Amino acid sequence: MNPILNLSRREFLKTSGGLALGFHLPQSWAQSGPGRTVSTDLANAFSPNAFISISPDNTVTVIVKHLEMGQGTYTGLPTLVAEELDADWSQIRAEGAPADAKQYNNLFWGEAQGTGGSTALANSYEQLRKAGAAARAMLVAAAAERWQVPVSEIKVSRGIVFSKNRRATFGELAADAAKQPVPADVKLKDPKDFVLIGKPAARTDARAKSNGSAIFTQDVRLPGMLTAVVLHPPRFGAKLKSFDAATAKQIKGVEQVVAFSTPATNGVAILAKDYWSAKKGRDALTAEWDESAAFRLGSSDIMNEYKNLATTPGLSARKEGDADAALRDAAKTLEAAYEFPYLAHASMEPMNCVVKLDGGGCEIWNGEQFQTVDQAVVAKLLGLDAGQVSIHQLYAGGSFGRRANPKSDFVLEAVAIAKATNGAAPVKLVWGREDDMRAGFYRPMYYHTLKAGLDAQGNLVAWKHVIVGQSILTGTPFEAMLVKDGIDGTSVEGAANLPYAIPNLAVELHSPKIGVPVQWWRSVGSSHTAFATECFLDEIAREAKKDPFELRRSLLGKHPRHRTALELAAQKAGWANSKKGVSRGIAVHESFNTVVAQVVELSRKQSSLSIERVICAVDCGVAVNPNIIAMQMESGIGFGLSAALAGAITLKEGIVEQSNFHDYPVLRMNQMPKIEVFIVPSKEKPTGVGEPGTPVIAPALANAILAMQGKSIRALPMSSQGVTFV
Amino acid sequence: MISLNVNGKLVQADADGDTPLLWVLRDYLGMTGTKFGCGMALCGACTVHVDGKPARSCVTPASAVAGKKIATVEKIGETRAGKAVQAAWVAENVPQCGYCQSGQVMAATALLAAIPAPSDADIDAAMSGNICRCATYRRIRAAVKRAAKEAGMKTKEQA
Repeated sequence: MNPILNLSRREFLKTSGGLALGFHLPQSWAQSGPGRTVSTDLANAFSPNAFISISPDNTVTVIVKHLEMGQGTYTGLPTLVAEELDADWSQIRAEGAPADAKQYNNLFWGEAQGTGGSTALANSYEQLRKAGAAARAMLVAAAAERWQVPVSEIKVSRGIVFSKNRRATFGELAADAAKQPVPADVKLKDPKDFVLIGKPAARTDARAKSNGSAIFTQDVRLPGMLTAVVLHPPRFGAKLKSFDAATAKQIKGVEQVVAFSTPATNGVAILAKDYWSAKKGRDALTAEWDESAAFRLGSSDIMNEYKNLATTPGLSARKEGDADAALRDAAKTLEAAYEFPYLAHASMEPMNCVVKLDGGGCEIWNGEQFQTVDQAVVAKLLGLDAGQVSIHQLYAGGSFGRRANPKSDFVLEAVAIAKATNGAAPVKLVWGREDDMRAGFYRPMYYHTLKAGLDAQGNLVAWKHVIVGQSILTGTPFEAMLVKDGIDGTSVEGAANLPYAIPNLAVELHSPKIGVPVQWWRSVGSSHTAFATECFLDEIAREAKKDPFELRRSLLGKHPRHRTALELAAQKAGWANSKKGVSRGIAVHESFNTVVAQVVELSRKQSSLSIERVICAVDCGVAVNPNIIAMQMESGIGFGLSAALAGAITLKEGIVEQSNFHDYPVLRMNQMPKIEVFIVPSKEKPTGVGEPGTPVIAPALANAILAMQGKSIRALPMSSQGVTFV
Repeated sequence: MISLNVNGKLVQADADGDTPLLWVLRDYLGMTGTKFGCGMALCGACTVHVDGKPARSCVTPASAVAGKKIATVEKIGETRAGKAVQAAWVAENVPQCGYCQSGQVMAATALLAAIPAPSDADIDAAMSGNICRCATYRRIRAAVKRAAKEAGMKTKEQA
């Protein structure tokens, strides 16, 4: 279970009683700028609540409180509104909400606005349907008044309000609807009457993202704006001692060279009218660094330290029965250790941020994932109130967690640079790929040891799992809430909630402090725990001479969702029937309340391996948009496969060895396997799909390799183990 | 001052000749459809056409393309292949985050202009230089094939 989600569930119950409908336009809202993608006639628009604006031209704009970073929020959330509003999908537009935690908070996070933990659709499910239903009720009331007929005689379908021979569009009724009282309570549809939910509504952002017109942070241009390119210290923890800007200042176009320092980063910024001039200035700059507190270890030093720690007792994250005693008494024992490297998010859009300081306020343009945290941290740096920090929401060119930085690193850096120039001009901070890849905030390195005990009949009776790796949450605003008794839930999620019925089970954690900044990375703890647990289970099956699918099935009696997803994947793959020249691997894992099972089909091509097909079954509750669910499974599989095949950030004497896509290779077109996605039918509330596809592919693939070659993969990436793919 | 022929128009930019075409387009001409991803011709996000052939604008000095025909994502929809590709991208719901898609669309359009009915191997060869971290590759492949079909049908109708 994800600890963020656990907390939020409670908060959700507290806050979901009623829908706040008092709508006012936040100040930043009325301003024009690149954040506004839809030009709605606001003065005449019908805005029944903070999420909907219906203009006289019949456009329904849904204000989306969550970042669109690829996962489909600008389609999924409007679907919820459109369903209860009975709108026609073609009249729906999506627009990013401004930073305003009172109106746009993530209901699973209390009064905080932000996107993460695969919660966007899940936390909005009732809220946005209620918003749509309220708007519909007001349109109906306006029509009833206009036509002098009872409300009960009015129907709404595909954006048309009608009663017998009378009909009106939403746009025609908008002005009158705005005069109607906002209903105190609204009735939601019976799911059997859903028209849009469950159907593959087209993405609202597909066209703009196919013709170059979609605006990302990278594309923002303000009058007089300067582009900032930065020089960061070569090692984490180093501080700027001095710099010589004389040569840099001679570069045509360079306007200013300033030092900056924030709690997250420090260095020198070169500001110019354009990126290339600023970059040339940066390349000409020389700086000296105080490295007295710098981090100087290499990856192998860190791993050796982790291996030593794993032999000592850790903090208990779960304890059932007596695993140590059961291991001692077992007829047979097995053990294995798994190694995981640091991983970069490497989103296509390197980190960036646009800042404008004026008159005591701060205006930010960003693909913003963590509004409330960034507002607070920026306000602190500037000595402002959080409310004086406004944020325009833009598309994000990927994130995978990176844009929700626990220390607001790149956002704060942009603000600090603007401050260092005394707010002389709006500043666009642009990191190059190398800056992005070397800035830290990686998925942490981990080392896992697992021990299992089998009884004389080959039953699994003991399981001991020790995890060593940095805590992501320690030192962040979430530590007090989400680190319990020294256990960072994100380090053990997917391991401490192992679903298999094993009578003696222990999970222990070591959280060493290492001077490399770390962060959540798509699927967070599950990105390593799924691999260790699911690969080890296959090793157990092999030892016990049991079928990996049947063994899992037999241990999942108390977890019907796992079992159903597992069976669906196996059935669709034809697990029971062998296929010539093909070896299969299977894995199942729950993350963010969604269960995913995958089967990998592998063949051999000369000395390399080829992934023939991936079969993916997913239980994510009600399938609001099956097409987007399939997209997210494909995306998660591709992302997980990237890391499994070749992803690794390594350090040598504290210096990050990778810098760009030549030495941090990611999955390409020719490596993308065929994927078939099957959704488990469900009537439960929807759960997230952005992350849960990611953690399952690596163990499913490793298990297929084990089946084919008898070779266990115990360290990632596979390229480091001599495994190559065509 | 550099003179360039961009999307059929003669334009001028007060940039040094060594400035990559990418930054002339984005920072001098305000054409932000072409994206910055890596700066080393490793990811393809910055793909444009130079005399009809795909080129990585992040490593192409502006001075090297003076006098050549440069085409970008902003106007590629006005060509038959570009229109078919963009329509196929929407029909197949290809984009997720969308940041790489300008480059993908330009690479696909150049492919269809060269090979009207590409095989999977042709698609791999032409498109593997374009990274998509959302891994929309399966849908890109489907969209290229759809666009090939659409464009092909139109050719027949016109004939």
